[in-house]
Amino acid sequence: MTKFEYSPALESTSVVDIKPSYDLFINNEFVASKNGSKFQTINPATEQVLAEITAATAEDVDIAVKAARKAFKSWSKLAGSERAKYIYRIARIIQDRAREIAVLETLNNGKPIRESRDVDIPLVAAHFFHYAGWADKLQYAGVGPNPTPHGVVGQIIPWNFPMLMLAWKIAPALAAGNTVVLKPAETTSLTALLFAEICQQADLPAGVVNIVTGAGETGRSIVNHSDINKLAFTGSTEVGRYIAKAAAGTNKKLTLELGGKAANIVFDDAPLDQTIEGIVNGIFFNQGHVCCAGSRLLVQESIHDELMALLYQRLDLLRVGDPLDKNTDVGAINSASQLAKIHELAASGDAQGAHRWSASCQLPTNGFWFPPTVFTNVSQSHRIAQEEIFGPVLSVLTFRTPDEAIAKANNTPYGLSAGIWSEKGSRILQVAAELKAGVVWANTFNKFDPTSPFGGYKESGYGREGGRQGLEAYLAASTDE
Amino acid sequence: MLNNRTAHPTALLDVATSDASLRNFLHGLAGVDQVGADARAAMLATRSIKSSAKAAGIDLAISMIDLTTLEGSDTAGKVRTLCAKAKQPDANDLTVPAVAAVCVYGDMAKIAKAELRNTNIKVAAVATAFPSGRASLKVKILDTQEAVANGADEIDMVIDRGAFLSGRYLDVFNEITAIKQACGDAHLKVILETGELKTYDFVKRASWLAMLAGADFIKTSTGKIQPAATLPVTLVMLQSIRDFEALTNLKIGMKPAGGIRTTKDALKYLVLVNETLGESWLTPNLFRLGASSLLNDLLMQKYRLKTGNYSGADYVTVD
Repeated sequence: MTKFEYSPALESTSVVDIKPSYDLFINNEFVASKNGSKFQTINPATEQVLAEITAATAEDVDIAVKAARKAFKSWSKLAGSERAKYIYRIARIIQDRAREIAVLETLNNGKPIRESRDVDIPLVAAHFFHYAGWADKLQYAGVGPNPTPHGVVGQIIPWNFPMLMLAWKIAPALAAGNTVVLKPAETTSLTALLFAEICQQADLPAGVVNIVTGAGETGRSIVNHSDINKLAFTGSTEVGRYIAKAAAGTNKKLTLELGGKAANIVFDDAPLDQTIEGIVNGIFFNQGHVCCAGSRLLVQESIHDELMALLYQRLDLLRVGDPLDKNTDVGAINSASQLAKIHELAASGDAQGAHRWSASCQLPTNGFWFPPTVFTNVSQSHRIAQEEIFGPVLSVLTFRTPDEAIAKANNTPYGLSAGIWSEKGSRILQVAAELKAGVVWANTFNKFDPTSPFGGYKESGYGREGGRQGLEAYLAASTDE
Repeated sequence: MLNNRTAHPTALLDVATSDASLRNFLHGLAGVDQVGADARAAMLATRSIKSSAKAAGIDLAISMIDLTTLEGSDTAGKVRTLCAKAKQPDANDLTVPAVAAVCVYGDMAKIAKAELRNTNIKVAAVATAFPSGRASLKVKILDTQEAVANGADEIDMVIDRGAFLSGRYLDVFNEITAIKQACGDAHLKVILETGELKTYDFVKRASWLAMLAGADFIKTSTGKIQPAATLPVTLVMLQSIRDFEALTNLKIGMKPAGGIRTTKDALKYLVLVNETLGESWLTPNLFRLGASSLLNDLLMQKYRLKTGNYSGADYVTVD
């Protein structure tokens, strides 16, 4: 034991009440599936089973869509100020129950409690508050004087920020007057089911929000349902392609928020200590399970060695382990299959000649874990410089001039986000203008705000979420009834 | 052991040969992004220090205190009372460690020295026209020499902020080296008065300037200017100390002072040191907390950890 070793500081799980088994949430009630099976959901940090959830079938999805269609008639006719009351109420309940939601998120996802407590759940509430404010101001959303909702919206969200992605999807949809059928990711459905309880608590009219759990098959049923007017998806580019194909030739509107391989560009005049924090936050925040993660570090050659020495020193201080410990910085990988994918890509880095460095942390024996890892000597042609790893793995490349940095940063099929580190304002503005990325952070990384639009170029998808732009996706410009 | 060196490190000898070279060096240091520094300090402040870590942290913090009285109304009696507290902070709990030092004005050093003889507790004296530093170098040197003659083991000097802010770095440098010389065997803490420097870039430059000129410790504040010590300012200074060691192998001490009143505050500073410089800096030889009311809060928290009950302000001595 060292002189000042932090004792375990475990967040209590007594605030959450996990039921042994969950049904589907349709028409403001939990209803059993017609013919679907149940599957287990686990805590990825321990592999312990938390609950059983339902795999919704096409028939279940159809019932949910019908409920949403019925609810749409009155929900869309409700005055914006009245819809706002419900959304504000949801936001307040989320704040009231923030600790409970944060603990449940950490249990089911594996992310550190510090993150779900300080980042995810406060942002969830902020999104509902933000869009509640929009509900009676839709004429200012930028789509004309009398915009109308699309109707029933099918939403499919990923497992990396389960509750936050739910908020990004549901809050603007409801504010605009749509009704929702949402499918959470199969490994992280519990907070969405808790959100269902919050809808009940908020007295939301029946059918406005419906939550159908399940895996790819359930998602397919949503995507292919003929009475859905709009699809919103966040997840892998591979699934996004499938959805785009399925929606082509139908009347369904579509927004996709897909993968990324963001460049985090460090110039030689960067504020070094804060840059180190930005690199850490860019790729090790949420175990690197972030579509906009700063997974490619582009360092100006002249400061490469100095920066890397500081970075390795810092990474050895990362506290990897029990996500419920308030002092944990890096938690568990969300699933066995994701862990396998990270291992596979990391192995390709070794095979293609990159140099692997991993933090000297002790990993727990149960659960899914991967140490914070850095690859140096990475070339643009390596798979780890091209493919999204979606894990705590950083690929380091170097550049000599701003032009080279821009060229390398844009040399990817993705275009979701990027970071620039420099004390020189003019350089930041010039480089930012050249980067093909939906979000460019300057001297910070992975900062989110409900007022700020988020989305990508190229294979990172299309459409924007957040802010006024995020509202546009849920409104049609028509001016007549 | 504290570093005891009389000149700036050889690795950086040529840095201070002229105003221009010193300016080039200081202005060439990597900048500090304020938003990022604040965010890092705020994140570290969320560390949850409980049970045995808290107990260890409280004892560590007590042993690092420079128990301070710097009032115009200080008397021999006040200083003696403080020294008694420094030696045995809690008469009901003899396991409580003594503090690191008693910090007084130079003219009170003699009294403190007499009270603290046969202990390991140091006498620290503020000098160099504390707190403003507005006096001639001659006066500042004399002030320092008198404090040392009165028995001060450590001198807490202030830099000339006016000279620093107007870019006369070499003047500040030369003043520190002159005071260092006047200190003789006494250790030198250099107060930057960060509340007057305002920007973190200035804090970083002043930290380097003081270390280059021979400071054994760098210290945030006099306690007479608000804000005094803050977590982000301390973080920036600790990072400068880390970089200085990487370049010179010299370990410089750190002393945040002023405004640190609660156990929670003190533990946050220990976390900052622990996760910036590492455990080897968690010793009174390299880290001090300049404080007066902090000690009683630490004693109350220590009592609570031991017994499960809060004692209240009337169960610790008011000194």
